[in-house]
Amino acid sequence: MNIVACIKQTFDTEAKIAVSGGQVSDQGVNLILNPYDEYAVEEAIRLKEKNGGEVVVVSVGTDKTQEALRYCLAMGADRAVLVQDPALGKADSASVSVTLGKLLADMEYDVILCGNQAVDDGASAVPSRLAEKLDLPQANVITALEIGDGSATVRREVDGGSEILDVQLPALFSAQKGLNEVRYPSLPGIMKAKRKELKVVGLGDLGLSADDVAPKTEIVNVELPPARQAGKVLKGEVADVVAELVTLLKNEAKVI
Amino acid sequence: MNFSYSDEERMMLQMTRDFAERTVKPRAKEVDREHKYPAETVKQMGELGLLGVTVAPEYDGAGMSNICYAIAIEEISRHCASTGIIMSVNNSLACEPIKLFGTEAQKKKYLADMASGRKLGCLGLTESNAGSDAANVQTTAVLDGDEWVINGRKIFITNGGEADYCVLIASTDKAKGHRGISAFIVDLDNPGFSIGTLEDKLGIRGSSTAELVFEDCRIPKDNLLGEQGKGFKIALITLDGGRIGVAAQALGIARAAIEDATAYAKERVQFGKPIAELQAIQWMIADLSTEYEAARLLVHRAAWLKDNKLPYSKEAAMGKLMASEVAMKAATKGIQILGGYGYTTDYPLERYFRDAKITEIYEGTSEVMRLVIAHNILR
Amino acid sequence: MSIVVFAEQREGALRKIATEVVSEGKRLAAAAGTTLKVLLAGSGVAGLADEIKTFGADEIAVVDNDALKDYSTETYAAVLAAYLQQENPELVLLGHSAIGKDLAPRVAARLDAGLVPDCVKIDYADGDFSFVHPVYAGKALATYKVKSAVKIATLRPNVFAAAEQAGAGAVSDFAADIPASRTTLKEMVVSGGDRPELTEADVICSGGRGLGKPEGFEIIEQLADALGAAVGSSRAAVDAGWREHQYQVGQTGKVVSPNLYVACGISGAIQHLAGMGSSKCIVAVNKDPEANIFNVADFGIEGDLYKVLPELITKLKEVTGN
Ligand SMILES: Cc1cc2nc3c(=O)[nH]c(=O)nc-3n(C[C@H](O)[C@H](O)[C@H](O)COP(=O)(O)OP(=O)(O)OC[C@H]3O[C@@H](n4cnc5c(N)ncnc54)[C@H](O)[C@@H]3O)c2cc1C
Repeated sequence: MNIVACIKQTFDTEAKIAVSGGQVSDQGVNLILNPYDEYAVEEAIRLKEKNGGEVVVVSVGTDKTQEALRYCLAMGADRAVLVQDPALGKADSASVSVTLGKLLADMEYDVILCGNQAVDDGASAVPSRLAEKLDLPQANVITALEIGDGSATVRREVDGGSEILDVQLPALFSAQKGLNEVRYPSLPGIMKAKRKELKVVGLGDLGLSADDVAPKTEIVNVELPPARQAGKVLKGEVADVVAELVTLLKNEAKVI
Repeated sequence: MNFSYSDEERMMLQMTRDFAERTVKPRAKEVDREHKYPAETVKQMGELGLLGVTVAPEYDGAGMSNICYAIAIEEISRHCASTGIIMSVNNSLACEPIKLFGTEAQKKKYLADMASGRKLGCLGLTESNAGSDAANVQTTAVLDGDEWVINGRKIFITNGGEADYCVLIASTDKAKGHRGISAFIVDLDNPGFSIGTLEDKLGIRGSSTAELVFEDCRIPKDNLLGEQGKGFKIALITLDGGRIGVAAQALGIARAAIEDATAYAKERVQFGKPIAELQAIQWMIADLSTEYEAARLLVHRAAWLKDNKLPYSKEAAMGKLMASEVAMKAATKGIQILGGYGYTTDYPLERYFRDAKITEIYEGTSEVMRLVIAHNILR
Repeated sequence: MSIVVFAEQREGALRKIATEVVSEGKRLAAAAGTTLKVLLAGSGVAGLADEIKTFGADEIAVVDNDALKDYSTETYAAVLAAYLQQENPELVLLGHSAIGKDLAPRVAARLDAGLVPDCVKIDYADGDFSFVHPVYAGKALATYKVKSAVKIATLRPNVFAAAEQAGAGAVSDFAADIPASRTTLKEMVVSGGDRPELTEADVICSGGRGLGKPEGFEIIEQLADALGAAVGSSRAAVDAGWREHQYQVGQTGKVVSPNLYVACGISGAIQHLAGMGSSKCIVAVNKDPEANIFNVADFGIEGDLYKVLPELITKLKEVTGN
């Protein structure tokens, strides 16, 4: 069973976001493997451990993304491909899915795994867009995956509950927290990762032009949301403060 | 000269930091309060390769550098010094002498078992009358046919309560003094071995400190480690390496105290402003941070020398001396910064304080470190 | 030119988000001087057209087909894409719900269209739309322009007001080829009982590590009963195994914006604030006076939640009559 895991490197979720000149500044920000992608990579490795085959991790990114890919290799993925190109500098979900679609078109896979969203743009768009480009069935936001004969059974989180779906393979799935418990890369894993293949390719290598991956959206401004002000902290006897709170909620905030 | 981390150093730093924060930290308070050996954590450390960091992969180790080892011990000890010393003893005091002096058969069995975490190791050197004066060991090993027969008592042995194997230092020829001392690998399943007193301690209370009792304990002849009569040398070389581990443990404790006190100082308001704005507090934090960084450089340099097969005995002693004293000072000043709150068990500073002290004592006291350093300089 | 809204329904009932999206679609159509067309797809859903009409739809296209009984990406994408290819609208709006999140990017890729997800504001000025989408889980707000001819956006639930207004509401049938789906729904597992969906709820009561134990959520449930609220959780409580992840509010959980958010025993980590910071009114109950949550709360009670909440529940019941 061959599995492809698509990953993105994102800001650490602890990061404080600073804006300068209408753009988010990446000064001094710690970069991590997108947390949801960790579940995807973990699941890919588990599928391989159970069914044999190969796990390839792929990403569209920059030099720094190699670190995140190396991390996946240390977890146990077999090889990695990074697509890096100046023309992808302002890539949006359309650009990324076209690029990955082309990269994966020549690869053999039974399952593609993604994270269900990236913690930076929170768009949840690449998995479905990529499934469309590759004409694959999809199931997003999955919390369980069981491989059967030519199909997979997944549990997918939806509003108000979850669905159990049968999906024909090959297919694309996007991972949600709860799908598995992510392992740490072991020290021997880290050492082995040094010798695993990490291939860097440009758009030209994929037969794509800058036009093919031109973003369809453009960020024209970024600003910080208005800071919330600390409000009133009520202190005193429980009965009194509770009565005061209920009055405030009713008459001042008008929310009950 | 290069002060930046390599890719694998960065990755292992991140991994050990995550592991320590998510797994070691939540258990630390209970480990200390209940004197609880962190068995589950130790098992996980084995799976992650943290129990045989510098051991080659063919003996089930991670095959990493001593710098990586120092980084890992610091990250674990940042949250739990008990867990840090359990790890350090298995790596430095049990795996390392077998790695350096063991036969191929000994490495395949004992080293691989301990480096992978399948078994836990300890070093039995100290006795009631052989502390700093380690050459005065009274435990004896006498060859009887195909077996060594061991008699004697070791005290203060870290991991002694749980260990499966012990690297034991015993006399094979009392007449020859320290030249009559030899090292052995003892399987602690053997009849004739028992655990004596378990110490009740000020700190590192999740790590057992046990008395090991040997009464006509028989081990195979082949379990002699290194040459007969070279045991004292093996012990000294082992301790040189161990000091990097203990120094890194001290760095972890120092950093814990500094980070926690700094965070507190930014939050705590007195006289209408955070106490971090008071110069008295700022100077404490500045001094501690500087001393911590200096100690860390010393320790990493000792590790680097060891990685490059250069003499490092003096540097390891300097690193341990300074790091342990910085740990003690940082914990003391850290409590000072927290004031009364630092003295209570609501904050972990008092635990850092209790844990820090041992780093000035074991694997050679601060006085012995100065002896080693002076001896190296003056010889 | 027109604006098209995909009206989401579940089991024959219009979702609240659909009324919000239709209302916003109407507002934008009026601003841009164009018509609002609504696509209603499902099985046995034709009757919902009347309800959609009251939110200002000019035209309603209905695809009523057994094959659309359960939502599936492939069948719904085929229907929506076919309708868009016929109408060639300038703007397409969906809700940022489980369905909208799944469907919008699939259709966007088919049409080579730009997509702005999870919008909290859309403006029309100088002949173009601009879209505000919170990024880094609300730690920043990004304004987007879309360069493709067809622009697709999904709207964050609970942010846009549903407003009843007049619209022509001409209903017609739309015939689309529905392909066989390569996914089959085996079972739907409903959770949370009668409580409102987190992302749609007007009021949310959340518990965190300060509850001290899993049973602590019983009192949060009682508080939620008194307020008719949904129950949320901080990451700490989820990581401790007290609550399932689908109830987690925050950067790696759900992003919510209710009218009232009551945080009980939640310290207010930056990731949690990112998920609920856009709530209209925040109330915090915490015994740690230094807890970060007090920095964002409109009203805070510093005290033991096991003492405060029972009293609060009693008082609220008097007021709300629940
Ligand atoms: C928690 C704990 C864990 C330990 N783990 C192990 C272990 O795993 N394996 C093991 O073999 N041992 C272990 N030890 C023993 C430890 O290494 C010794 O306690 C230490 O070396 C000091 O020996 P001592 O306690 O006998 O003190 P002593 O040697 O009696 O020293 C007492 C004091 O005299 C000073 N002193 C002694 N000689 C000199 C000198 N020549 N010049 C100047 N000052 C001197 C010392 O610095 C100290 O201040 C452990 C001890 C403890 C407390």
